[in-house]
Amino acid sequence: MQLFLEQLTNGLAVGGIYALIALGYTMVYGVLKLINFAHGDLFTIGAFFGLTLLLSLGLTSHIGPVAGIIVLVLMVMGLVALIGALLERVAYRPLRTSPRLSAVVSALGASIFFQNAIMLIYGARFRVYPHDLLPTTTVSFLGVSIPVMRIVLFGASLVMMAGLYYFVQRTKTGTAIRAAAIDQGAAKLMGIDVNRVIMYVFLIGPALGGAAGVMVGMYYGQINFTMGWVYGLKAFTAAILGGIGNIPGAMLGGLLLGVIEAMGATYISLAWKDAISFMVLILILIFRPTGLLGERVADKV
Amino acid sequence: MLLRIENLEVKYGNVQVLHGLNLAVKRGEIVTILGANGAGKSTTLMTISGLVKPFSGGIFLEDKPLHKLEAHQIVKLGLAQVPEGRRVFGTLSVHENLRLGAFTATDLALIQKNLDWVYEMFPILRKRRSQLAGTLSGGEQQMLAIGRGLMASPKILLLDEPSLGLAPILVKSIFATVREINKSGVTIVLVEQNARLALKLADRGYVLELGKIVLEDEAKALLTNQEVQNAYLGGAR
Repeated sequence: MQLFLEQLTNGLAVGGIYALIALGYTMVYGVLKLINFAHGDLFTIGAFFGLTLLLSLGLTSHIGPVAGIIVLVLMVMGLVALIGALLERVAYRPLRTSPRLSAVVSALGASIFFQNAIMLIYGARFRVYPHDLLPTTTVSFLGVSIPVMRIVLFGASLVMMAGLYYFVQRTKTGTAIRAAAIDQGAAKLMGIDVNRVIMYVFLIGPALGGAAGVMVGMYYGQINFTMGWVYGLKAFTAAILGGIGNIPGAMLGGLLLGVIEAMGATYISLAWKDAISFMVLILILIFRPTGLLGERVADKV
Repeated sequence: MLLRIENLEVKYGNVQVLHGLNLAVKRGEIVTILGANGAGKSTTLMTISGLVKPFSGGIFLEDKPLHKLEAHQIVKLGLAQVPEGRRVFGTLSVHENLRLGAFTATDLALIQKNLDWVYEMFPILRKRRSQLAGTLSGGEQQMLAIGRGLMASPKILLLDEPSLGLAPILVKSIFATVREINKSGVTIVLVEQNARLALKLADRGYVLELGKIVLEDEAKALLTNQEVQNAYLGGAR
């Protein structure tokens, strides 16, 4: 039971991170029907920016650990959002009317570009988030000791997901994003500037992905320029699991995948952790290709 | 003239669809465009709305050049379109669809007024306001599409095949509504397969053949025109 609770909380924390990254995939897919293969690298950039800011600004010692981390994450989100918007402008917008394969190739190219840029700037070795700057206390719950960091991360991902959900469901811009995902032409006829909607999506998705990057750095302590590949793939799996294009689906898929992975690693074998995730992907593709919350596309009369 | 189209040419790749189209709509009119499938009717409307860019020629709304604007800027100037096939946002609620119709509007009181107007015109939509648009029947979706177009407070409303796929009784009620909308001061451009009904409703009509206007006249005159009867009204009665 102790082990189970331990792994459940671990799975939820990691799942929250997957969910944040998955949202970027799913939102971009929603409006452009494009898998942004560079998204995992935006996540990596977030992790490295987080490290740089953590080491250089000393926010956690100046304004306290909690406020420090919040400010840090917000700064990273802003920076990665800008890079995301730039990516769309440079790599995707010129190919908007080209065959879809061109945009996919461009996305792969952007991914390689980002990976190499990070390697050139930060080096190819693992970098370490300094543990003395981050809270390392644990709390006891039902006889299980849980690191505070784990709770903070899970809470933060929930808050961001709730915020996004509110934005997309309740605000005018959010409704415009949903409309553009359904029918871009009809959205234009409503007076919606679809280019602007796409820009918003490329601000929001990367912002969440960047935040996830910092969170991984804080949680595991180690980051590397290739980390975006595995996390990107996992988050992509989560997006498919929930139903690609579906925002609550990405959230659910992320959390589920995190828990499945943690349980599998514990009760089956740690070595099978990644294999389990991708088995989930294969099973979903075979038995429920639209994902758990996959949109049953409304019948057109 | 409220809307003026001059020598409009549109090409899809190498295929020219409109060959120098001229058309004018006066304020308060109902103008219908007749033509066979592929004549270029929908292309004309799509080009007016800015979804298709013209190869040459001009489109002017109150002398403002629409052909130089992006689609989303055109709505703001007072031109809305109810597209062919309705194209309601199926996974959004009826209410959200209507609110999106007023996307460019900023005057909350006016939005509410329009909303009340639309719900009054189509009481069934009020009943179904929180239902997903995709779950509505074809007729209800057409009402929603028209209502959504009206939410923008347009001076001129383009209607593309509003009768498509609807039962005859519904078609009659939709056309009655179009007349009502026109009486409230909205100028109408109507593209319609059902030429007889369209000409009965309209003030004037244009006949489009292979991307060119071949005939224009009062709607009454077109109804009795021999060529029009043969080609679009199923022969003389």
